[in-house]
Amino acid sequence: MSWFSISALVTRSALHRPVTRLYPFERRTPYAKTRGHIEFKINDCTFCTVCAVKCPTGAIVASKQDKTWAIDHSLCILCGNCVHDCREGCITQCNEPWPPMRTKEIVSFRQDFATPSSSKTRPSV
Amino acid sequence: MANTTIVPFGPQHPVLPEPIHLDLELDDERVVQALPSIGYVHRGLELLAERHDFVEMAQVAERICGICSFIHGQGYCQGIEHLLGLEVPPRAVYLRTVWAEMSRIQSHLLWLGLSADAFGFESLFQHSWRIREMLVDIIEETTGGRVIFGSCKVGGIRKDVDAETLRRVGRRMNEIEAAFDEVANIFRGDRTVKQRTVGVGVMSAEDAYALGAVGPVLRASGFASDTRQLGYAAYGELEWEPVVEQSGDCYARCEVRLREISQSIDLIRQCLDRMPEGEIEVTFKGQRPKGETMIRLEQPRGEVCYYMSANGQKNLERFRVRTPTFANIAPLVHMLKGCDLADVPVIVLTIDPCVSCTER
Repeated sequence: MSWFSISALVTRSALHRPVTRLYPFERRTPYAKTRGHIEFKINDCTFCTVCAVKCPTGAIVASKQDKTWAIDHSLCILCGNCVHDCREGCITQCNEPWPPMRTKEIVSFRQDFATPSSSKTRPSV
Repeated sequence: MANTTIVPFGPQHPVLPEPIHLDLELDDERVVQALPSIGYVHRGLELLAERHDFVEMAQVAERICGICSFIHGQGYCQGIEHLLGLEVPPRAVYLRTVWAEMSRIQSHLLWLGLSADAFGFESLFQHSWRIREMLVDIIEETTGGRVIFGSCKVGGIRKDVDAETLRRVGRRMNEIEAAFDEVANIFRGDRTVKQRTVGVGVMSAEDAYALGAVGPVLRASGFASDTRQLGYAAYGELEWEPVVEQSGDCYARCEVRLREISQSIDLIRQCLDRMPEGEIEVTFKGQRPKGETMIRLEQPRGEVCYYMSANGQKNLERFRVRTPTFANIAPLVHMLKGCDLADVPVIVLTIDPCVSCTER
């Protein structure tokens, strides 16, 4: 039983560089399996809306009539149900996180215009 | 009768990670009795099970709590598999066991940090969480999530882990063990830790059993009861013994958790050595659960029970979870009687309160 049994550990960590990262300047590369965000390619989509039905939080809204597909990244819990259930393989899970949002925005796609409504097509991480 | 003062403790208190309220009746500085009240983070997840598809509900069950997340998902999936009569492939069973043990280690390390913070040992708190971070990285590498693993599904697991990653996990476990042993020795030997924990909040084995204590609280009082002894998942094939301490005080509860971390590292190694090859899931297309079942699992905080009742519909008829913290509240109230006001935070933390689980 001693008073300063942590002193060796504390001294060693004081002499070494910190184990934490200097976050905005130094970023960790995500692992291959990391659930970052949902990516969508509209070209192959048949608008079957299975993804919207299977989404447990209702983050995906798809319409067969209007040929639109929209995702609210702030609602998405990254469960991967949509990726698993998409028969056309147009939904994938990207390992980089979606960038922080200042306002709540819904990224919507329409088949006539193959580009999403938001300027953030790729995360700027 | 002496005049007593009632001091509210919580729901917002620096030592509490989650909201729980205790009305402490004090005679001078000594606690005469404590009255707990819960219900601050109730979310109605059990009712959600009656509305959600039983396959999707595995995602929700995992979100009952952020710390015991995987074991909640595992318990739910085991229950549905029992109702459907599915036999999960051995590789999935072993990987589930590995993740459940990782979940246990990260929960215990989180608790060790919080308890060090509760008795005012800031550097020990930071070092416990530094080791936890190493483990959380492994969890993210193998499952894709840091706290919500999302890897358990009805019938097996979602994604396989390749052999190279498993070898790397084995190597990283050695690093974690070396780093943990250093911190564990400080917890065991430091005078500051001992002064705050030895002889505080003592509970005898008879009281612990009579009041229905579970998990490390029960085992620290000298009662060798661990739900993993039932042999669910791969535990029946692994070599291990429940960790038991005799003294029943806060130090014993800390020691039980320290030894359980070493034991979990050993269990992960055993699983990695015996990892079977083959399928990771079974299909059950078109089948619907019918009947009722009761599943018991060992969470980091103790025994958790799931009751499920289904009538052949796509959603369950009834889903009920009895969580370990709920069972440990009665022993907590017993332990608080007669202690000093300054010891209340340490005693409250030694039951490892997980209020999100308790209130669901």
